[in-house]
Amino acid sequence: MTVYLLRRLATGLLALVVASVVVFCVLEILPGDPARLMLGFNATEDAVQALRVQMGLDRGLLVRYLHWTGGLLSLDFGRSYTYSVPVIDLVRERAAVSLPLALVSLALSTAIALPVGVFAAARRGRPSDTVAMAASQFGVAVPNFWFALLLVYVFAVWLRLVPAGGFPGWSAGVWPALKALILPSVALALPQAAILARVTRSALLDVLGEDFIRTARAKGLPRKAVLWRHALRNALLPVLTILGLQFAFLLAGTIIIENVFYLPGLGRLVFQAINQRDLIVVESVVMLLVATIIAINLVIDLSYALVDPRLRVRA
Amino acid sequence: MSLLEIENLSLDIGGTPILRGIDLSIEAGEITGLVGESGSGKSMTALSLMRLLPDAARAMGRITFDGIDILAASEDRMCALRGDDIGMVFQEPMTALNPLKAIGEQVAEGIRWHTRANRTDAETLARKMLDRVGLPADKFPLTRYPHELSGGQRQRVVIAIACALKPKLLIADEPTTALDVVLQAQILELLRDLVDENRTGLLLISHDLAVVAEMADRITILRGGEVMEAGETARTLSAQVHPYTRQLAQASMHVPERAKAIHGVAAGKPLLTVQNVSKDYPGRRTSLFHKPLPVRAVDDVSFALGEGHSVALVGRSGCGKSTLARMILALDEPTSGTITFQGETITGRDQASLRSARRDMQVVFQDPYGSFNPRRTVEWLVAEPLHLLDKKPGKTERRELVSQALHEVGLKPAGMQKYPHEFSGGQRQRISIARAIITRPKLVVADEPVSALDVSIRAQVLDLFAELNQKLGVAYLFITHDLTVARAITDDVMVMHEGRIVETGKTAEVLSHPQTEAARALVEAAPDLHRAIAKRMQEQG
Amino acid sequence: MSDRTSDLPERGFVAKAFANRSFLAGFVITALVTAMALLSFFWTPYDVTKLIVADRMQPPSTTHIFGTDQFGRDMLSMIMVGARNSIAVALVAVGIGMGIGVPLGCWAAARGGYVDDALMRFNDIVFAFPALLSAIMITAIFGPGAVNAIIAIGIFNIPVFARVARAGALAIWPREFILAARASGKGHALITVEHILPNIANLLLVQGTIQFALGILAEAGLSYVGLGAQPPMPSWGRMLFDAQTRMVVAPYLAIVPGMAIIITVLGLNLIGDGISDTLDPKLRRQR
Repeated sequence: MTVYLLRRLATGLLALVVASVVVFCVLEILPGDPARLMLGFNATEDAVQALRVQMGLDRGLLVRYLHWTGGLLSLDFGRSYTYSVPVIDLVRERAAVSLPLALVSLALSTAIALPVGVFAAARRGRPSDTVAMAASQFGVAVPNFWFALLLVYVFAVWLRLVPAGGFPGWSAGVWPALKALILPSVALALPQAAILARVTRSALLDVLGEDFIRTARAKGLPRKAVLWRHALRNALLPVLTILGLQFAFLLAGTIIIENVFYLPGLGRLVFQAINQRDLIVVESVVMLLVATIIAINLVIDLSYALVDPRLRVRA
Repeated sequence: MSLLEIENLSLDIGGTPILRGIDLSIEAGEITGLVGESGSGKSMTALSLMRLLPDAARAMGRITFDGIDILAASEDRMCALRGDDIGMVFQEPMTALNPLKAIGEQVAEGIRWHTRANRTDAETLARKMLDRVGLPADKFPLTRYPHELSGGQRQRVVIAIACALKPKLLIADEPTTALDVVLQAQILELLRDLVDENRTGLLLISHDLAVVAEMADRITILRGGEVMEAGETARTLSAQVHPYTRQLAQASMHVPERAKAIHGVAAGKPLLTVQNVSKDYPGRRTSLFHKPLPVRAVDDVSFALGEGHSVALVGRSGCGKSTLARMILALDEPTSGTITFQGETITGRDQASLRSARRDMQVVFQDPYGSFNPRRTVEWLVAEPLHLLDKKPGKTERRELVSQALHEVGLKPAGMQKYPHEFSGGQRQRISIARAIITRPKLVVADEPVSALDVSIRAQVLDLFAELNQKLGVAYLFITHDLTVARAITDDVMVMHEGRIVETGKTAEVLSHPQTEAARALVEAAPDLHRAIAKRMQEQG
Repeated sequence: MSDRTSDLPERGFVAKAFANRSFLAGFVITALVTAMALLSFFWTPYDVTKLIVADRMQPPSTTHIFGTDQFGRDMLSMIMVGARNSIAVALVAVGIGMGIGVPLGCWAAARGGYVDDALMRFNDIVFAFPALLSAIMITAIFGPGAVNAIIAIGIFNIPVFARVARAGALAIWPREFILAARASGKGHALITVEHILPNIANLLLVQGTIQFALGILAEAGLSYVGLGAQPPMPSWGRMLFDAQTRMVVAPYLAIVPGMAIIITVLGLNLIGDGISDTLDPKLRRQR
């Protein structure tokens, strides 16, 4: 168990280091002169030189990389060029929108997908299965931001149940804030739920064809008990894998959805930063998102070991 | 009234008839053997009794178990019967257990379900049952997981599940087919003891006439979904009234005709020499600080093989015989030692320089399904070793060679444009042999070449091997756990045990007078039809 | 002793796939969408480069069956030309993913050991960069454009195909027919070409349709947020962005491109489902 755990931890750290090198290379080395890129070609040489010094571009590459990663570790992400505030403050403020959005969507999509997948697998081939699978086939094909537009049209413009966009901030109270997140999370969650439900169903059907299911039936367990006691846990392994991948998609999805609903999250921040060529912000936010995805995948890997005793090697 | 009475059972799956008018009965405490080749409907008969048939199946006729009409019973009623009054053991122990649940939980589950016992009581009973099937508490606590057990041990767990509630009827569907002979003997003995203890009726399903002859009181012979012959085991098998019974019995005792045997390495240089060969595999890492101990699969093996010599390498599963074969075929590198083929060292060489050795050394595998790429024609597949020729044959010449090879193994060359799945198992094994002889090799290594075949087809394939040995002078290294195969076709035998060759000698001598413990275990455990019938006749006077 | 056939796909697979309803439906849909995109090179109902302000925001009618946009361009013509962009981006991205990922996956499966480990770690890292993040980085440096979308989606496709190819190849390497091929003196590369690839082709095809569909969705998302194709080049995602502020007065502006995306993606997914239904469950796709 500890061997597996430490090994995964080590590979997770390695991935983090390599990812930081990639981000650093793309955003600081590829442009040649980041300061010039940020200020544009109309800027005076003096201004560019000043920014170079401020960003520490006059130092060697390795020093800059170490300084940057050291800063990341001590939560010092540098200063935003356009906002003139520490990036960490921006990130903290914006993550308070994006993170709840991603988590609520993930919870929502799992809560919808697992029961539907199990239900469809248990009723394989019957009309209810066919309907559920046709609906999910459709759901997989729907772009989440288009679904979001539709939701806004129906629930905000037409029924006027929720605001069409914007975010009052958590300081305005939990309920108004949550209310602003309802449509965005539904828009994110449903297409993901469709994928997850299909994966759950097919994983279950695969497991239901295994020999040990027959052994369980020969014990006298009815179909339903076999499904709950034997099939579900075995089908969880592929479902976990997909959940890990989906989290990455959800994080990316929040970036787009925030633009539909004008939510002041990390996604909006990054787009504003791109338009203003604020590389420092782009670099920090991208790295933060990548680190989150790597961390989530690590958690997924470790939860395999909880589900599957074959991974828990005896000492 | 009998414990189980099957009357005129017919079954079709999606319109295809599987069983036709099966009659069979089992008394309490009696063992009934159900014998037949693949596709005869043995397993479907068993699944009908359990009512665990595929959804598309339709059964007609009457099955009465303990006064209950099985085919008419409700699903709830069947659930109450399964695992309580009727237990079942399956063929494939490696996949029959849930990999995510501890064995104790899996045995206790059925007990709790049927008796509504609490966890502690059920686990106590499960513990007792595991002790009974030979998995003692100190080595096999309830918390063991299936992946920590070997195939034989897993089959014991499956038997514990099936017998936990002392069923009135036990159905065992090829319970030992996936196990080696020594494990087979142990499992069969366990089943017999359990039957005796509880006066359980046992339906033993097997393709192996010898196994059934040793175990069963009564025998039913099935072919194409119909009963050919049924009756008391000894009488049925000794009288062999029905022609199919005779055919089966003869096929399972078949010994191909062969000219004079060659023993040891005749004058001149040996064809193959294996010197002090060992093979280690890296062990599983269990601690961060200790390097895992390597597992020694083959341990200091030496032997020689002459031209035209037919040698068997026998041993239990996991003894290292297949690893040794792969090293001889230069598909795997030994950790130490040297292998010489036709005076040329083949260990530690790069692939390109092995071409000439490979030309003279080919291979036949066990699985007639797995040994062909399904997307290639037979012509392409049989011609594959021609890749080794220095001068690549042209299209017509290649076709010529393939048709000759197919002819030699008794197949019509016209079939060479077909794909492997269009051939039966026996035909595929012939194609496999055609592929092995197309380069006219001096040595063919055959890894369990007949153990996946039905007995009647097995006899034919063994004949083919013997014939090619005479005609082409090709030497064989037969790898098998089945002594009847070794006896049928080899001159000498080597017994392998835990990575070492422990006994070598003439096949007939070693098999009749084994000297070592390992060889004796193999010989004693091997089912033998003659012996079984003789024993039964004697018992009955 | 049981009756079994090989679990690898056998011949006659194409005919079997066409007998599958999902496959047939998906094939027809995809063929129509592709035909529409190809047709747009020669003919569209109206010229999409001409802005006719007098005709702006016309609801669907007999002259403009899907209506016109804020510049008076015919929506049907826009959809047809936009299909080119979607298909081209997704197709090239699948090509990048397959072209690099499949050889990598096959190589890792053939060599095992360190090569395999390294590939799996590489996969982990690339998986941490969803297409949108790569596109954000590329755009920050080079500015927006359709090529960004191709590169970003293509990069993300590499580990997907590498993983599928590796898993499929690993299931085939221990087969006896591979040992027979090795005993015939064939090397890893030749065996991969002659034995592995034909047997994993179906898996790759299924994954190809899935990634194609995901590529269309991703491209739409990128153009929607302005990281993909740039105006005046019509693209489905961009059309949705333009529709957003006009939802209240002209909902058809959002519905038409949305349906175009959904139908295209649905068609591709149906093809994938149809193929994988005809495959053995043990070798079924791994998403």
